[in-house]
Amino acid sequence: MPGQHINHPHVQLFNYTLHLADNSLVMGHRLSEWTGHGPMLEQDIALTNIALDLIGQSRNFYQYAATLKGGSETEDTLAYLRDAREFRNLLITEIPNGDWAKTILKLFFFSTYQFYFYQKLMLSPDEQLAAIAEKSLKEVTYHVRWSSEWVIRLGDGTGESKRRINTSLEDVWPYTGEMFEMSDFCKIYLPDNEVNEIKKAWQQKVKDVFEEAMLTYPAEENVWMQTGGKNGIHSEHLGYILAEMQFLQRAYPGCEW
Amino acid sequence: MENITKNITEQEIWKLLEQVYDPEIPVLSVIDLGIIRDVKLNNEAIEVFITPTYSGCPAMDVISMNIRMALLQQGFTTIKITQKLSPAWTTDWMSDAGKEKLKSYGIAPPLSKSFDINYFENLTIECPLCHSINTKLISQFGSTSCKALYQCNDCKEPFDYFKCH
Repeated sequence: MPGQHINHPHVQLFNYTLHLADNSLVMGHRLSEWTGHGPMLEQDIALTNIALDLIGQSRNFYQYAATLKGGSETEDTLAYLRDAREFRNLLITEIPNGDWAKTILKLFFFSTYQFYFYQKLMLSPDEQLAAIAEKSLKEVTYHVRWSSEWVIRLGDGTGESKRRINTSLEDVWPYTGEMFEMSDFCKIYLPDNEVNEIKKAWQQKVKDVFEEAMLTYPAEENVWMQTGGKNGIHSEHLGYILAEMQFLQRAYPGCEW
Repeated sequence: MENITKNITEQEIWKLLEQVYDPEIPVLSVIDLGIIRDVKLNNEAIEVFITPTYSGCPAMDVISMNIRMALLQQGFTTIKITQKLSPAWTTDWMSDAGKEKLKSYGIAPPLSKSFDINYFENLTIECPLCHSINTKLISQFGSTSCKALYQCNDCKEPFDYFKCH
């Protein structure tokens, strides 16, 4: 792959796979920050399990990306030795957890996206991506269910919980547009009509859950959406995540335990 | 050592793998779990194809290492363990013997209905301790990726349920 043009299909497939890996890794790492800090034991364990599922999914994508790249690249070099500019995750995965309501809401938006996206990826002509999607979808189904239940519980809960989830909605909503935005490497693997189908299904699911949660679905017009993650333009938050996550391999290269 | 492997058959390898156990649920072998896809023997080289149960399950790395150890003990020197993701593992792949072992170990086995995207659990799970079906879900996520947490309303004991996947 070295020396190949950036638009070469092989390079595009590598970037696409990295994008999927980075999404799961960064989201998983963010959620893992709740480990030991959850509001009650069962919910702490739930979030930790979801984080583990996501990090596991990212390993599958990184392993595949490493074989595409060849040479000495491994899942570990891809996760631990790239800098922020080379990460292609969606911005929604890197924004800080905030309170419980914000964590739940961004997980609900992201898991619902993954739920519909993986159903398309399962049909991909690329057998390995299809296989990872098939595997991941089972796990994501549990994530969607768990996070939807919490959105309903918070939205239709106390005045305090409703206030918090509405505040979170204002914060998180501008990060949802990027999920359905195409970048160069996505275009080959996901035609426009499929993205639109994913978007429609996502909107419907969010509307259904919001209705049950007594929340108002935001008006879509005139909302400015954040963008950049797929092309390596991130918020300052990603740098802090990487600093923590990559510290060991940067300070002690090749360290194993 | 090199002579040991000469007459071993693939069938005997399958038999041998019955002795490799899941480190998290030590009553289940990799055969009970249904994660061995294929075994290929080529003179002294052997390739074992395994499929992961859950993407993030840390037991998978340990299981791969234990399979390697078991084969090394048989005198194999060229061992390859290949992960195969498709078709994805489901709890239907678990053997009936495995489900019985789980139950006597105190973990409610997965119900036979396999998981699909339309499947949401609202199931009657039998308490593995007192066999009451008057039980309730505490949490969809438990001590490991594969388990949910239930409680028996009769004997009051909490227990793990190996959830459908």
